[in-house]
Amino acid sequence: MKKTWLFSSFIFVLALALFLGGCSSSPTSEEKATKDTLVFGRGGDSTSLDPITTTEGETFKVTENIFEKLLNYGEKDTTIHPGLATEWDVAKDGKSYTFYLRKGVKFHDGTDFNAEAVKFNFERWMNGDAEKFPYYGMFGGYKKDKGHVIKDIIVKGEHEIEFQIKRPQATFLKNIAMSPFGIASPAAVEKSGDSFRENPVGTGPFKFKEWKQNDRIVLEKNEDYWQKDKPKLNQIIFRSIPENSARLNALKTGEIDLMDGVNPSDLDGIKTNKALQLIERPSMNVGYIGLTVTRKPLDNKLVRQALNYAVDKESIIESFYGGLAEPAKNPLPPALEGYNDDIEPYPYDPEKAKELLKEAGFPDGFRIKLWAMPVPRPYMPDGMKVAEVIQSNFEKVGVKAEIVTYDWATYLDKASKGEADVFLLGWTGDNGDPDNFIYTLLDKDSIGGNNYTFFQNDKMHDILIEAQTDTDQKKRNELYKKAQEIIHDEAPWIPLVHSIPMLAASNDLKGYQPHPTGSEALADVYFE
Amino acid sequence: MYLPYSNKEKGGESCLFAYCMKRAGMLIPVLIGMTLVVFSIIRFIPGNPAQVILGQRATKEAVEQLTIQLGLNQPWYVQYGHYMLGLLKGDLGTSIRTGAAIAQEMKPYLFATLELTFFAMVLAIVVGVNAGIISAWFKHSFFDYAAMFIALIGVSMPIFWLGLMGQWLFSIELGVLPTTGREDVRNPVESITYIHTLDTLLQGRFDQFADSIKHLILPSTALATIPAAIIARITRASMLEVLHSDFIRTAKAKGVRSFFIIYQHGLKNALIPILTIIGLQTGLLLGGAILTETIFAWPGIGRYIYDAISYRDYPVIQTGILVVALIFVLINFIVDILYAVIDPRIKY
Repeated sequence: MKKTWLFSSFIFVLALALFLGGCSSSPTSEEKATKDTLVFGRGGDSTSLDPITTTEGETFKVTENIFEKLLNYGEKDTTIHPGLATEWDVAKDGKSYTFYLRKGVKFHDGTDFNAEAVKFNFERWMNGDAEKFPYYGMFGGYKKDKGHVIKDIIVKGEHEIEFQIKRPQATFLKNIAMSPFGIASPAAVEKSGDSFRENPVGTGPFKFKEWKQNDRIVLEKNEDYWQKDKPKLNQIIFRSIPENSARLNALKTGEIDLMDGVNPSDLDGIKTNKALQLIERPSMNVGYIGLTVTRKPLDNKLVRQALNYAVDKESIIESFYGGLAEPAKNPLPPALEGYNDDIEPYPYDPEKAKELLKEAGFPDGFRIKLWAMPVPRPYMPDGMKVAEVIQSNFEKVGVKAEIVTYDWATYLDKASKGEADVFLLGWTGDNGDPDNFIYTLLDKDSIGGNNYTFFQNDKMHDILIEAQTDTDQKKRNELYKKAQEIIHDEAPWIPLVHSIPMLAASNDLKGYQPHPTGSEALADVYFE
Repeated sequence: MYLPYSNKEKGGESCLFAYCMKRAGMLIPVLIGMTLVVFSIIRFIPGNPAQVILGQRATKEAVEQLTIQLGLNQPWYVQYGHYMLGLLKGDLGTSIRTGAAIAQEMKPYLFATLELTFFAMVLAIVVGVNAGIISAWFKHSFFDYAAMFIALIGVSMPIFWLGLMGQWLFSIELGVLPTTGREDVRNPVESITYIHTLDTLLQGRFDQFADSIKHLILPSTALATIPAAIIARITRASMLEVLHSDFIRTAKAKGVRSFFIIYQHGLKNALIPILTIIGLQTGLLLGGAILTETIFAWPGIGRYIYDAISYRDYPVIQTGILVVALIFVLINFIVDILYAVIDPRIKY
């Protein structure tokens, strides 16, 4: 009674906890008996469970388990594999795709999956707009838009459907495999209307059960799943625990079984904890330093190359990514087809940089503004600190950089107008196609859009347009390799890093293969 | 014996009622002012708010559409008129992020926070008031110094650190409490009122009731630290003043037991400043719960607003702030009424 309040509250907490512990059944014994429920702890909640209505990754993590697409990506890469379509034909001129659909598949509401259902979904999407179905824009726009590539969708039989295309789109199949294009039950979409976003019905290994916003989403096993031995789990619970350290605490106590968003500083602790395991997700992003080629002296190729020699990527990765990133030499992440591994990266070599600057006519260097990203992103956890390292790197070769920053909207707005000299930025891939990196970020068509460096190269443009319309993937890969050579030589960027997102799990969790896109079905996951 | 509030004035009841009405009348301009401030939040964003909301990859049409949807193309007074009319009809707007009606969406969050705040405040009051009383009674003793020193630390202790330490000690090391959340997700509570302790009791699920309390202990303790420390300090100061009064000395001289001197005579007279600070702290807790809710993954209104901020969901931010401000104002209103109930000398 006379003890101080903190001490008494400590005792109070402990006593109450012990008392309550005594009067409720022990959760650990229960857990052992029913280890067929996976609790996946993550930073944020989904915004919608109708995947087409959003661009946000936390949604796809869940919907990949409820919905299936006509095609799937490879386990660890973005190559194309059968999904709800078992086979597909591409017309020689690239203007028609015929999909042969899997038979005997049913939606969770008991209705049949067939060609009509596929057509229904695509028509629903194409009749929307960028606000309603943002990712449908991957098909060149919406029905009313000129650029829209799908001319017609023809049901040729119960399990055969043809897409007629206005002009060849090489990324068509890769787009089809994206998480937003999960095929929904037409009956359920019509029944639920706008509330389909919280009552999703697909064909996937898990059925939707419950969504408590900002807290958890519960999925249960689809007993009628077409792959008879899957899923192995009975239930998945996606829990939102925003704080990374608290999420790790929850993993340590067994309240969750799997978590994403591991702090770099917690890695050692997880490695030494025998009850836990670390899992790497292959990277599909790039963090880069943009060099606006329209601004002096960055219009000089030698200067851009010199700056490429001046940056010590390894020390940046060590300091700010906890070693969880690989140095970038191309704009493409290595997990993508068409990645050019033959390119020799610019090594960290201040002397060579000085030489090049001298050759370019800047023996004493120059002054420049360096833009630091104001928001954290997976590819750039702390823009300001990374900028400080780059500033000191530049200083060593005589380039005096002044760090500036703006609020995020202004930053992007000004940069897209070419007002930045040297700026930090990055990109996370949408469909796993090189086009989505190289064309989107560096082609002359993308100036004013996402090409903030204003880099333009006609030779590369021709290559990229050819790659967009040629449906032969091997040939496309070669084309993109060529484009990367041009980019390497012209050096509009200093490619910085491909960061590797880390996950941690309890040791008895098996069969989990994280996908570079950030979302994957958990049908093969089980506990040992 | 002179006790200041033993002689109730005649007509005290009707006087109190008039006071309540007057005080309630004063709420109206406050509420209007609040809606004006909240309304202007979105209008003060530099540039086009619709562009800011939609971000980097937004198309022109999407921006235009959102501008119209938010009514940003109309003069501000028309926008405000629409906004107020909507509020009066109970329409709190629609979330940009989820597309759902905010009034509906917010309910579970609000009750989760109210439950947490209630338990935290009960804890803070019980601990804080008693610590303050003991300190005052045993003034300048070791206990007094120790309690006040720890209270000082309590005020300055970051909730963030305290929360993570609590998780480490009670969950990981001792294994007696869960780290995060409101319930065992593998054995979830069925919601009726969204207040879990109440729901489990209504359903007769005592195992789940115990589990709900267990989930409440760490976050409410973390949340209670600062208010408990502040209440302790104020209680001590207020009690010291009262304990020096003549009527306490008289009571002591008459041989009244210490317990009654403190709790019946002393505390009642020292209560006004304590009540003020409790009211203010309760209001602050609602807003300050964001941090606690984040660390303990408590799906409350703080996190609802926090998420809305990171997604630039301005209608939710607006409404969230409005609701929290409204509760704050209401609590202070109740405190003002309590003043008059406790001390009939108070008149305005």
